[in-house]
Amino acid sequence: MDWLNDIANLTNSTFVFTTALIFGAMGGLFSERSGVFNIGLEGMMTGGAFGAAIATYYAENAGYGWVSPWIGILAGIACGVLFSLLLAYTTVTLKANQAIVGVVINILAVAITLYLVKVIFDGAGDTDTLKEVLKKWPVPLLSDIPFLGQALFNTYPTTYIAYLLIPISAYLLYKTPFGLRLRSVGEHPGAADTVGINVIKYRYIGVIISGVLAGIGGAAIALTTTSNFSHTTVSGQGFIALAAMIFGRWNPWGVLGATFFFGMAQALRNFVKLYEWSKDIPMEFLYMLPYLLTLLVLAGAVGKGVKGPAAAGEAYDPSKR
Amino acid sequence: MSDNQSVRKWSRIFVANNIWVPIIAIVLGLICGAIVMWIGGFNAMEAYQALFDKVFGSKYDIGETIRTITPLLFTGLSVGFAFRAGLFNIGADGQLIMGMTGATIVGVKIDFLPWIVHAPLTVICGMLIGGLWGALAGYLKSSRGVNEVISCIMLNWIALYLSNYLIRTVVLKPGTQRSETIQESASMSIGWLSTFMDNARMDWGIVIGLICTSLFYIILWRTKQGYELRAVGFNPEAARFSGINVPKNMLKSMMIAGMFAGLGGVFEVLGVFHYQVISAASAGYGFDGIAVALLGGNHPVGILLSSILFGVLTYGSAGMNFSASVPTEIVRIVIGCIIFFVASHGLIQMLYKPFMAKREAKRKEAA
Repeated sequence: MDWLNDIANLTNSTFVFTTALIFGAMGGLFSERSGVFNIGLEGMMTGGAFGAAIATYYAENAGYGWVSPWIGILAGIACGVLFSLLLAYTTVTLKANQAIVGVVINILAVAITLYLVKVIFDGAGDTDTLKEVLKKWPVPLLSDIPFLGQALFNTYPTTYIAYLLIPISAYLLYKTPFGLRLRSVGEHPGAADTVGINVIKYRYIGVIISGVLAGIGGAAIALTTTSNFSHTTVSGQGFIALAAMIFGRWNPWGVLGATFFFGMAQALRNFVKLYEWSKDIPMEFLYMLPYLLTLLVLAGAVGKGVKGPAAAGEAYDPSKR
Repeated sequence: MSDNQSVRKWSRIFVANNIWVPIIAIVLGLICGAIVMWIGGFNAMEAYQALFDKVFGSKYDIGETIRTITPLLFTGLSVGFAFRAGLFNIGADGQLIMGMTGATIVGVKIDFLPWIVHAPLTVICGMLIGGLWGALAGYLKSSRGVNEVISCIMLNWIALYLSNYLIRTVVLKPGTQRSETIQESASMSIGWLSTFMDNARMDWGIVIGLICTSLFYIILWRTKQGYELRAVGFNPEAARFSGINVPKNMLKSMMIAGMFAGLGGVFEVLGVFHYQVISAASAGYGFDGIAVALLGGNHPVGILLSSILFGVLTYGSAGMNFSASVPTEIVRIVIGCIIFFVASHGLIQMLYKPFMAKREAKRKEAA
């Protein structure tokens, strides 16, 4: 029965790895659905992880106990929003190139956070290890089911929130007037403007939601998997989230599938490391998998009409309506 | 064309509106850096002083600064070239890595050729592999309609892991996390110049870089091909109507852009390190290239000047760390701020438009 335990553990860690990816990918989804390319996800998640780690560090030293990681998450959200405001202001108001500002956010976020960590911790490249991080919450009764309980119902609170986020977002995007307006602004801002939807406002909302979610995503990494912040904390997860959003075809349910798949790839490579025979496997291909699949889907699926929001990537100019 | 005209054309990038944006962006970027240093409790003036002391301190430092400039120049040319054809080459990073890998493998594995054949062969192989990697994104864009920004991001990561795989399986130095050292016959270092510069790592990269800078100009502004590329960049619809094959030109521009970036990687291996390491993340030259191209206005002279600026900042940051104990990340912050201000030039125009308007009004009054 050993292998059953292994599978339960693997599933469990898949869900943990998926958490940050779901937050990141859903963040990207809200932004791109409103018509703003968000390459800066990586930067926003880095900001979130940094904010969470620093705030938790100070909160636990001030004696806030188990509340500290939650204060950390709020701080992570604040940092994510800060970077998203930068993106929103420059691309929506000033009509700057969205891809370039995204690159700038990635460069700035990594540099500023690492700089501040070095300033705060006297030149060290990472924060001290956090003592008060998020603990696993076993769901009463359900977690007692053999194997299944360990696999599904004994994980971090952020993971539960991430999985709740999917149906909530799907409902918000496809069943409410707000969602319809947000999507219309990303598909055809001119038409949306004509029927009286405030394009600028909806794009700001989309990008800010993106910052909030990416911030939580980064915070989730710092407060569950790494327990500190350094330059390797986020290391590319923002880009995997971006890939997952595309692989999931800009749809919450698609994102669920894509993040689960990519999260499993991450869990799997940590899992096989425990075995001696893993040395013979070209692990690089497992690392490459999310990007390769996304590229293949993009290349093969475009003919079938699967494309991102039509107006994503361009600033809205009312005079060209 | 008369001399007078060509002089005017060359100087056009240094006049009027478009010169103010990069200059103001640089000043604002340095000010932002100073503010961040002040927040961190450092003396900004002292730190900038240390930066320049480091760069111009000795012959060795000047040589090493040139070494730092080289890859920035290549990736800047790469990004700038694609920009001219209307494409955003965010994938210079991956193209550079592929160029490095190609050069490493050919440089290590072939051991029977004389320098005069082996070195150029290695350079060309690395360049072509970089070009191929760029062309891949160009192909996906032109025949599959995949946004080049997305495909380039994916290709960057694929290149990183593919390169790690190739080094590990083909040219690994046993017991280490790096490749074997390349054969002496593939080296592009300039021994006598290194000796002259107190052992700074000097190589042919900067010379080839300058040649590429002029090629950049000649291809784009002196050939029919370049005219087509720029036409596609200005307005693909109009270019298509005038009979230009737009997809083919996109492919070509990405391929040439990839070659430039690939060369950057080639000289990192052949001229500087002589081996390639397995790394978890890229060095980020490709992203610096975006900064270089943007600040340089996608013009060869501008790209050269801004690569010098960023090279000086990057190399000098070590001095800031050493004598003013400022974390080296500060330079990344300054670079980030500079591109930020160039990209959102609306912000800068808001700043200087009132001045310009006033001057214009005065001129009218005088007339």
